[in-house]
Amino acid sequence: MAEAATVVKTARPKKQSEFVRVFKELRKNSTAMLGLCILLVEIILVILAPVIAPYDYTAMDIVAAQQGPSAAHWFGTDELGRDIFSRVLYGGRYSISMGVLAVMISTTVGMTIGAVAGYFGGKVDNILMRLLDVIQSLPAMLLSIVLSAVLGPGYFNTILALSVNGMPASARMLRAQMMKVRGNEYIEAAQSINCSKFRIIVRHMIPNSFSPNIVQATMSIAHMIVMAASLSFIGLGVQPPTPEWGAMLTGARQFIRQCPHMVIFPGLAIAVTVLAVNLMGDGLRDALDPKLKH
Amino acid sequence: MVPVIEVKGLKKYFPTPRGLLHAVDDVTLTIERGKTLGVVGESGCGKSTLGRTIIHLQESTGGQIFLEGKDITHVRGKELREARERMQIIFQDPYSSLDPRQTVDATIREPLVVSKRYKKNEIDDATAALMEYVGIDARLRMSYPHELDGGRRQRVGIARALALNPDFVVCDEPVSALDVSIQAQVLNLLKKLQQDRGLTYMFVTHDMSVVRHISDDICVMYLGQVVEKCPSRELFKNPLHPYTKALLSAIPSVDIHHPNKREILKGEITSPIDPKPGCRFAARCPFATEACHQPQKQEEVSTGHFVRCCRVHELG
Amino acid sequence: MSEQNKNAGAPFLDVKDLVVEYYSDGKVIHAVNGVNLTLERGKTLGLVGETGAGKTTIAKSILRILPDVGAKVAGGTITLDGQDLLGLPEHEMRKIRGNKISMIFQDPMTALNPVQTVGDQIAEAVRLHNGGNKGEAEERAEEMLKMVGISADRYHEYPHQFSGGMKQRVVIAIALACNPDLLLADEPTTALDVTIQAQVLDLIGELRKKYNTAMLLITHDMGVVATTCDNVAVIYAGNIIEYGSKEQIFDHPSHPYTIGLFGAIPSMSEDEEWLHPIDGLPPDPAALPEGCAFHPRCPYATEECRKQPIAMQTTSDGHQCRCCHIQQVAKGE
Repeated sequence: MAEAATVVKTARPKKQSEFVRVFKELRKNSTAMLGLCILLVEIILVILAPVIAPYDYTAMDIVAAQQGPSAAHWFGTDELGRDIFSRVLYGGRYSISMGVLAVMISTTVGMTIGAVAGYFGGKVDNILMRLLDVIQSLPAMLLSIVLSAVLGPGYFNTILALSVNGMPASARMLRAQMMKVRGNEYIEAAQSINCSKFRIIVRHMIPNSFSPNIVQATMSIAHMIVMAASLSFIGLGVQPPTPEWGAMLTGARQFIRQCPHMVIFPGLAIAVTVLAVNLMGDGLRDALDPKLKH
Repeated sequence: MVPVIEVKGLKKYFPTPRGLLHAVDDVTLTIERGKTLGVVGESGCGKSTLGRTIIHLQESTGGQIFLEGKDITHVRGKELREARERMQIIFQDPYSSLDPRQTVDATIREPLVVSKRYKKNEIDDATAALMEYVGIDARLRMSYPHELDGGRRQRVGIARALALNPDFVVCDEPVSALDVSIQAQVLNLLKKLQQDRGLTYMFVTHDMSVVRHISDDICVMYLGQVVEKCPSRELFKNPLHPYTKALLSAIPSVDIHHPNKREILKGEITSPIDPKPGCRFAARCPFATEACHQPQKQEEVSTGHFVRCCRVHELG
Repeated sequence: MSEQNKNAGAPFLDVKDLVVEYYSDGKVIHAVNGVNLTLERGKTLGLVGETGAGKTTIAKSILRILPDVGAKVAGGTITLDGQDLLGLPEHEMRKIRGNKISMIFQDPMTALNPVQTVGDQIAEAVRLHNGGNKGEAEERAEEMLKMVGISADRYHEYPHQFSGGMKQRVVIAIALACNPDLLLADEPTTALDVTIQAQVLDLIGELRKKYNTAMLLITHDMGVVATTCDNVAVIYAGNIIEYGSKEQIFDHPSHPYTIGLFGAIPSMSEDEEWLHPIDGLPPDPAALPEGCAFHPRCPYATEECRKQPIAMQTTSDGHQCRCCHIQQVAKGE
């Protein structure tokens, strides 16, 4: 082996980034790709909503109220004669962005707390974990309702109320992973070469601990969308006439017998999005699992 | 000459729910520059903890540690960082000792980056030189640990430990996880590095043939204590402590015509939690008497041959 | 079918041309490539080789516990006591496992059920294979505990209350509870300390003598082979490259790989400055070299070694070696 030691002064080969690697893994998984495609199509549709939507989502047409699906109104109209297809399109902007933003906030804050608790352990860990216990001891829905009620309804307040809910789970998950990683010898090796605590956390512990969090985050987007919908459903969260999917369901629930299409289409939108996100999350979990690396 | 490492009465206790675990208890030893001290013993005897405590990966409970005559037992901050740079460790498990998400190149250059003493191009050159030195092909620079075999991973760990040019290296079972043919490659590499750089090793292992090959002196540990310490040849020719004798006789010999006369020990290793003051081997020792349940002193039986056994003269 | 087929001359365990393949990521991994071995009652055969050489796969094939997905016995026969094991239906095979063949695994920590007392685990093994009532099984389990040197009043303790060596002795007790005819021991002492290893090896030896059990001992430790085995098979890249009695292998190793293995072990009697490692690395079983799998690492390799598979050569005293340069190697040229 020693003779192979002629130093080849080649250009430094480009390191394949983790992102590229994971995406390559993910591409092998057809159900995950299906989920991703559905999601991408949805996102494009809602972004292009002003172009695609045949009507203004607030435009009322009392004459054509509560009509079933037709060529003019693909998804029918609601009790005020608004085009449900247009409203579902615009509603997606709120629902999806609320889900994604709430998850981003809760994951970022949760992971920071988890990292601090997981690395330092002892008292710091104890205090932080007990605080999270308090949050987790309340039923998630109840907590969101209370927070929404206190903060008042509205787009950003709802996101905030939702993200507080998700925080403890991601904090705990990262902490547990970090505890596991902390026992590895490469952490001791890092100490022996004088890496600072900060460097050990950021360079060694987090990169080796965060993949379950990514998966969990993806999965909880779906959960957050449903939660946001539920909040709107009970009248908190985003307020009418904003066409958030949950708010649309709320509005439609009294007409469920006469005009089921008013419930079916926003409900279907939620279901399809949640399914797509879950399919992708499952695939992501497999792609990130280092045990499946050959 | 001042020894590179000197340890006096070193203690490391771990609190457990059932009491204090005496992992290292009153260990005294010195290692001269360029020499190798082998530390042998069975699992749980505290040999790994001893190495980690000396290089300050774990805080000692009592006793003193000297690095080239300087007391480093309680150093902090900058002094601690300086001391650590001069004392490095090579781990047993080449699978868990490398960060799975760092490339070979990133792992080897990290100590140099962290020390903040070198420029980028100096680090590039030093990393390439280290890889060549420990025999890792340059094309493997951007490989991840899971793409390498055990022997190569261990070489990466060695390169990382050598990056800061240490004086003293703790080798914690560096070849136990490797196959025999690869083990020989790594042992030769360690020996060559020692000759080239005047390294001082503490070689922790449970494999008697490996320790015999690489060590100048050997310590035999049992439940946190050194029971026998002497030059390597002396230990294999003239073992004195009953535990050392049993240990040596238990090694399955490859010589089929002269098999070892095996002394099969009865019983299991006793618990290291709050041990009784007497000889810790007494419970399994075929020669144990009343006197063995009193605290035992380390005695220099002949020049450089230390034994911790009160019956050593009677037993011969 | 077994009784009438049994002729007196046939060996107790006979593995012929065994080929086992694993499939992963669209690649075929050639784990075992045409292994032949025989074992008589009461004898011990040592399977020696490096990690990934296919030792454990051979044992698992005999016991038919290869994973259902991704592994396949692609050829060969395994005959035990005149009975073709590979052709047996699964329910027949289940009667053989534990009754006629037992296996001891390397890691005693994972081989025991953590929530069942050790005594019950032995008793369960007895009852599964011998039938009988609960009381009898418990009595037998107590006997087995005593036999492996564990006091019977620890019957009701759980595995975590035992040390590594004691756990391995419990595993041995389970494996021997039904007096198997064949014991497959996969690195039974690798996870143990030397003094405990000596205890366990002695124990296995005693029990085997008592019940005339045949044993296939898988290990990478030449010392363990020297103290326990009658015959030795050296495996490299899924193939036996040298086969013979312990004396033949240890006194006259003939294959360059075997010679290299012995040379790489630090000597206990002589002082040597440098060890003599075998250059290079074991081959990737998904891409084995043409010809002799050892040729890239072999100092004697010639064009001939690279061309075709090497046939097993047998000397007059039954010592087998898969090398086309035995003479040159023997002279050390």
